[in-house]
Amino acid sequence: MELSGSQMVIEALRKENVSVVFGYPGGAIMNVYDEVYKQNHFKHILTRHEQAAIHAADGYARATGEVGVAFVTSGPGFTNAVTGLATAYMDSIPLVVISGQVPISMIGTDAFQEIDAVGISRPCVKHNYLVKDAKDLSRILKEAFYIARSGRPGPVHVDIPKDVTAQIAHFSYPSEIKMQTYKPTYKGNPRQIKKAIEAIAAAKRPVLYIGGGAINSNAAEEVREFAKICGIPAVETLMARGVMGDANPLLLGMLGMHGCYCANMAMSEADLMIAFGPRFDDRVTGKLSEFAKHAKIIHVDIDPSSIGKIVPIDYPIVGDLKNVVEAMIPLAKEQIQADKYKPWRELLKRYNEIHPLRYEDSNDVIKPQWAIERVGELLGDKAVICTDVGQHQMWAAQFYPFSYPRQWLSSGGLGTMGYGLPAAMGAKVALPNKTVINFTGDGSILMNIQELMTAVENKIAVINIILNNQFLGMVRQWQTFFYNKRYSSTDLSVQPDFVKLVESFGGRGFRVKTKAEFDQALNDAMQSGCVCMIDVQVDRFENVLPMVPAGGTLYNMMLEYKE
Amino acid sequence: MDAIRRVLSVIVLNEDGVLSRISGLFAGRGYNIDSLTVAPIPKTNLSRLTIVTSGSTAVLEQIVKQLHKLIPTYKVIESGEFVEKELALVKIPLSEDFNGLDAMLKAYNGTIASSSEESIVLMVADDYNRIDSFLKAVKKYNPTDIVRSGSVAMDL
Repeated sequence: MELSGSQMVIEALRKENVSVVFGYPGGAIMNVYDEVYKQNHFKHILTRHEQAAIHAADGYARATGEVGVAFVTSGPGFTNAVTGLATAYMDSIPLVVISGQVPISMIGTDAFQEIDAVGISRPCVKHNYLVKDAKDLSRILKEAFYIARSGRPGPVHVDIPKDVTAQIAHFSYPSEIKMQTYKPTYKGNPRQIKKAIEAIAAAKRPVLYIGGGAINSNAAEEVREFAKICGIPAVETLMARGVMGDANPLLLGMLGMHGCYCANMAMSEADLMIAFGPRFDDRVTGKLSEFAKHAKIIHVDIDPSSIGKIVPIDYPIVGDLKNVVEAMIPLAKEQIQADKYKPWRELLKRYNEIHPLRYEDSNDVIKPQWAIERVGELLGDKAVICTDVGQHQMWAAQFYPFSYPRQWLSSGGLGTMGYGLPAAMGAKVALPNKTVINFTGDGSILMNIQELMTAVENKIAVINIILNNQFLGMVRQWQTFFYNKRYSSTDLSVQPDFVKLVESFGGRGFRVKTKAEFDQALNDAMQSGCVCMIDVQVDRFENVLPMVPAGGTLYNMMLEYKE
Repeated sequence: MDAIRRVLSVIVLNEDGVLSRISGLFAGRGYNIDSLTVAPIPKTNLSRLTIVTSGSTAVLEQIVKQLHKLIPTYKVIESGEFVEKELALVKIPLSEDFNGLDAMLKAYNGTIASSSEESIVLMVADDYNRIDSFLKAVKKYNPTDIVRSGSVAMDL
């Protein structure tokens, strides 16, 4: 089949069953947009900024497990997209991002809207391509989707010069793919798995340390079953919220800097850590020399470079988590007695009773944690929860009752403020029958506020709940704790009228100062069928606790803040 | 922890940008490159890079894993069993006293690669330790320019 480069892009997306593309046109990608106009295989959603197009594709990918797709133009279109790519790369989210580029003959001449896009994206994508000839395009797009979704998922960037999008060439989309150099390992080594099971059987105080890999691998069911068979208590990273389900008695909670006391104590006192797809982030481990120092470590990860990167591993297993845990389950049934760990479970339960996750509620002012708990009570598993980055993100991770994987979408690794609204739009487009909540802050929401327009235009009814403390709250908290209350550039009390703001875009706004108003506003927002913003005036000086100060030890948490 | 010197032979797809992926990886993650050479492997679509690097055991392990992680990487050979050679060119003004130079060149299997009205250019190919000692020895002839190629290596 003879097609132009632009037609090939459309055709490849059709073959990959892409149903929605987020993007923003411009000179270098106009040929592709001309073909977008002529086709009806997928819906194109025009965002109002390229960063948001990538985050929306990312939200779509996290909510579904499918590859998210976005189009941007060359130069500033691409540079605006970089934060989105880096966000997806840090959290291993599968994306294919196609950017326009100036014509090949003009590359290197500092042409209008020219930038070395593959040079910029290289360190923040899993792989990238600059397409030099349309005859390579079918292979490259096939590889791009394959690389994005296979192995450790990640974003792939394809940069296509304008003349290549116009070039006519033969197109035949490969049905199978075999790459000479890229072959991810899915099956765990049986000998290593056997050794790991023996180590678990010999342990007295094992703990499951579950990371984002459990989501990416769609392994939640297997992980839950494994935990149940073995009777081993589990902790989740920020990226893994929802894997065990918060009602699961074996789940201790989130660990790390703002993890709960019992989860961090479990890591500190364990004699064996079973790491299922985490990456030992510094926000999880605290001071490395004190991190889980009594524990032998089993680490299952599909990315060999993740194993042993931060801490030495006693039992490395390279493989897809779902695959590996499936292989572990029958061995566990034979060799592991769940009763054996009962004293250990009891001890951790006592830790949780002594220092549960808590906050001091108030009748005078809404506490941010209350707002999150309240949404949890009212919506529970009916809502998909997105966040921006900061205090509200940590409170949402701590206090929302998650019950299934992909219910929680948050920028963990890069910590991208401005992620929440566009990601929530992506999730809502993917799951129109779910309520999609974006917990955000008065700082974060302004970083992609223009997306209210996209949401209004496309009737994407996401509900933004601003936990408004008129501060850049997380930085303010660090200034309170560690900088002697010198609130340098964190006071956001000069701010827009968020209700008028959202209404000017054509959405609905609610200002909330009391608990009764909160329930009413949430109810009205649910009924409205359009994008909403609930501006919740919360306690200005509430802190996220407990806390392991950066570089501190997990067993020595700051449980409360005293002036 | 003392830095360990390590020679890596990396086989990659010979495609656009592959060298910048590798050098970018080293720069971005703060790894050392002591030398790097690259050339296509005849009659294949592959290239061979010889990278001399140094770091702690843990860092070296990460370097190998991160190299493997790059999509165009076909193979990373890190066995200690290499023939490793490096080439050095040394320019010496004709005004110098060449007493003993012949014997030294013989000792290092060197040759005179070129000569002009002002200077001669010596060439020595050997392992990097021997090149080091040759360059030390040749100092007494006051070389005006020295070029080292970086190591190339072949696994045994």
